[in-house]
Amino acid sequence: MTEPLMKLDGLTKAYPGVVANSDVSFNIAAGEVHALLGENGAGKSTLVKTIYGLVKPDSGTMTLDGVPFSPAEPRAARAAGIAMVFQHFSLFEALDVAENVALGMENPPPMRDLAQRITDVSKTYGLPLDPTRIVGDLSAGERQRVEIIRCLLQDPKVLIMDEPTSVLTPQEVDVLFETLRKLKSEGTAILYISHKLEEIRALCDHATVLRLGHVVGTCIPRETSAREMAELMVGGTLHVPNREAGAVGETLMKIKGLSALSPAEFGTSLKDVTLDIRAGDVIGIGGVAGNGQDELLGVLSGEIRVGPGQISFLGQDIGHLPPDARRTLGICAAPEERMGHAAAPDMSLTENAALTARKRKGLTKNGFIDWGKTRAFAEEVIERFDVRTPGPGNAARSLSGGNLQKFVIGREILQDPQILIVNQPTWGVDASAAAAIRQALLDLAANGAGVIVISQDLDELMEISDLFAALNEGRLSKPRPAQGLTVDEIGLMLGGAHDMEVAHVD
Amino acid sequence: MFGSIDPLLLLASLMVAATPILLAAIGELVVERSGVLNLGVEGMMITGSIVGFIAAITTGSPWLGFIAAALSGAAISLLFGILTQYLMSNQVATGLALTLFGLGLAALLGQGYLGVKAPAFPDWHIPLLGDIPVIGPIIFQHDPMVYVGLAIVAGVWWFLKKTRAGLVLRAVGENHEAAHALGYHVVRTRLLAIMFGGACAGLGGAYLSIVRVPTYADSLTAGAGWIALAIVVFASWKPGRLLLGAYLFGGVTVLQLNLQAAGVQFPVILLALSLIAVGVAGLISLWRKDRLKSLGSAVSVALVAGGTICIPLLSGKMAPLKVEYLSMSPYIATILVLVIMSASGAPGSLGKIFHASR
Repeated sequence: MTEPLMKLDGLTKAYPGVVANSDVSFNIAAGEVHALLGENGAGKSTLVKTIYGLVKPDSGTMTLDGVPFSPAEPRAARAAGIAMVFQHFSLFEALDVAENVALGMENPPPMRDLAQRITDVSKTYGLPLDPTRIVGDLSAGERQRVEIIRCLLQDPKVLIMDEPTSVLTPQEVDVLFETLRKLKSEGTAILYISHKLEEIRALCDHATVLRLGHVVGTCIPRETSAREMAELMVGGTLHVPNREAGAVGETLMKIKGLSALSPAEFGTSLKDVTLDIRAGDVIGIGGVAGNGQDELLGVLSGEIRVGPGQISFLGQDIGHLPPDARRTLGICAAPEERMGHAAAPDMSLTENAALTARKRKGLTKNGFIDWGKTRAFAEEVIERFDVRTPGPGNAARSLSGGNLQKFVIGREILQDPQILIVNQPTWGVDASAAAAIRQALLDLAANGAGVIVISQDLDELMEISDLFAALNEGRLSKPRPAQGLTVDEIGLMLGGAHDMEVAHVD
Repeated sequence: MFGSIDPLLLLASLMVAATPILLAAIGELVVERSGVLNLGVEGMMITGSIVGFIAAITTGSPWLGFIAAALSGAAISLLFGILTQYLMSNQVATGLALTLFGLGLAALLGQGYLGVKAPAFPDWHIPLLGDIPVIGPIIFQHDPMVYVGLAIVAGVWWFLKKTRAGLVLRAVGENHEAAHALGYHVVRTRLLAIMFGGACAGLGGAYLSIVRVPTYADSLTAGAGWIALAIVVFASWKPGRLLLGAYLFGGVTVLQLNLQAAGVQFPVILLALSLIAVGVAGLISLWRKDRLKSLGSAVSVALVAGGTICIPLLSGKMAPLKVEYLSMSPYIATILVLVIMSASGAPGSLGKIFHASR
């Protein structure tokens, strides 16, 4: 084997109270796609930040091209040939594409030349992008292109990608993989972080698995099953949600001919949505992002009111009821955006628990909050859903995305709802936590609640749904039994072929 | 009826009247583009006005006075910078405190200097250009600080638009988390911007005490710092519009002073002002993309102005107006015009506290 391009040797970094990386060593060769696997909090982010010069290791060395490498700041790392695409985009919305690219470069050429080079590179790699557009107007996929092009213009030796596909549609993922394969063939080493194990199997040559800061194993993804990798990450047997074929009960909620204008400027309005939700059903709703998912959650939770006769719950017309009243009836919801929609970031977990569970858990008395009871409820959520936090007094903002998601879902489930609507329940959540959330949703349905799961993760939907429906431009296809649906059929449903013959549900 | 007003003199004094606000506002524009909201402009201005005045009296040189004013403004703003950037204090509260502190400090320093006359600061008569009839006296026969102010505005425009450091400054103001992740020094950039803002405010204050008045009095700035803050916002954080806003404010100030002196009646003045406002807005709308929207705003402003004129007419009250109404007019005209033009565009991280959590 040739001399590796980059060598990490014994990297250790401790923060007060937690060792983020402990004696981490591995090599990356030129032209290799190297996966970095691990659960949330396993130390992946700290490791890539070390390579990118944002974090200084306590001990350990790195070599790049046989030369010792210890970047004091990102500039030095960039100058040495390290480029990074961030998980949460490091873009400036009010600036245009060319300006954003220039900010990520060490010695950018004059703006006019830069615009030309952006156009050239975007053509070469099949990533169409107009350098004069304002980044705030771009889609998630286009924004990622900006980040990638920013990296490519520096001819990086090592490209770090932190969860690049979590915001992309399947088509955009294909485009991204094409680009990465082309880069790989040109000799660029890629360090690839993702939770999506199937992606890693499709793309990566080697994988290093981290758990609690330690390297716990390496594998060749092509020759390892996703399940084996997940078990390496978790350090035990992965719990696959099991579904007991619960008896389907009475119809709880009826949606009939529902149409609603989207309150968002660029939102998708719902058109003629019809759906029956029965006790014990898990209804999976798929679709590419931006096809009405947020609006569907909004009309079901009560954030968007609709006219009479469009939604009824146990025979009662509820289209005009606000979220609080619906929650009192037993209709709970967990929206996609955790910070600021599902939870108030700067309030403690206890306060956040009170915000939605106030009525159903009887946390208020004569208009005053019963803090003892509320804290106990928050602690119950933390305990039952394995939320990793020092205590319920911590601000929601201080939790990692996956942990906060567990808290948000747990808070709704423990209110014992009759109908639960969740949007992207496991987005950005690691494998074992995702499995726990899915199991909790299935358990809820098994106990006689109706569950609607809106998700862009088709594997997830196929795993837990009884019925599957697809959203396309605000229209909902007729639900079909999830069991036995083929990929082609799902593709057609996602594409909006509503007129195809549909198997009868009942 | 405007017979007693010399239009040449009016236009010439416009530039002088606008300069203090222009200086303070362009400094604050840079501060806000870097993501910091410093409400202490008034305090920095008054500090600059007294320190500059003392230096000018003591040394006999207005130039040294201006330099001292800039330094003192930068120094007092550094206090704000350390409090907000290192000690993470709230920017709004700290800015207000800075204003109060500056006013108190200036009153203390200025005790022995009340009513003293500043050394002369002669106008430049720019050769050739200054000799052009009409335009020469209006534009090219002012004191040097007028041109320094213009040069600073042009320099800031060029800096923000064309230089890499300017791009970094805008990036820091837009999204400090991302700028930090890319390895730019958020706190250092902001401290420099804050000090530049302080120096500019100091210059603006000193222009009042050394040139415009030219003497020192308590509360000399009389709210000019707040006007500067408002102009930054209504100018959508753009140097070109800021220049327009400052000159419009200066122009209407001078106009209303002249009208007061000439004793012209109220509705006529309002008519004149609203015509100016609508005219400017109409002109601007010609080179805006969303012409319809701008024209719509211009028409609505004209309606409001017309209504205001008509009501006193209908009620038969044509009594000579009170001075207060006239004094109001520069503020109203400036705000109206800038509101018509304003597009949103506040820097994304404006006023937010940055903490580098790694």
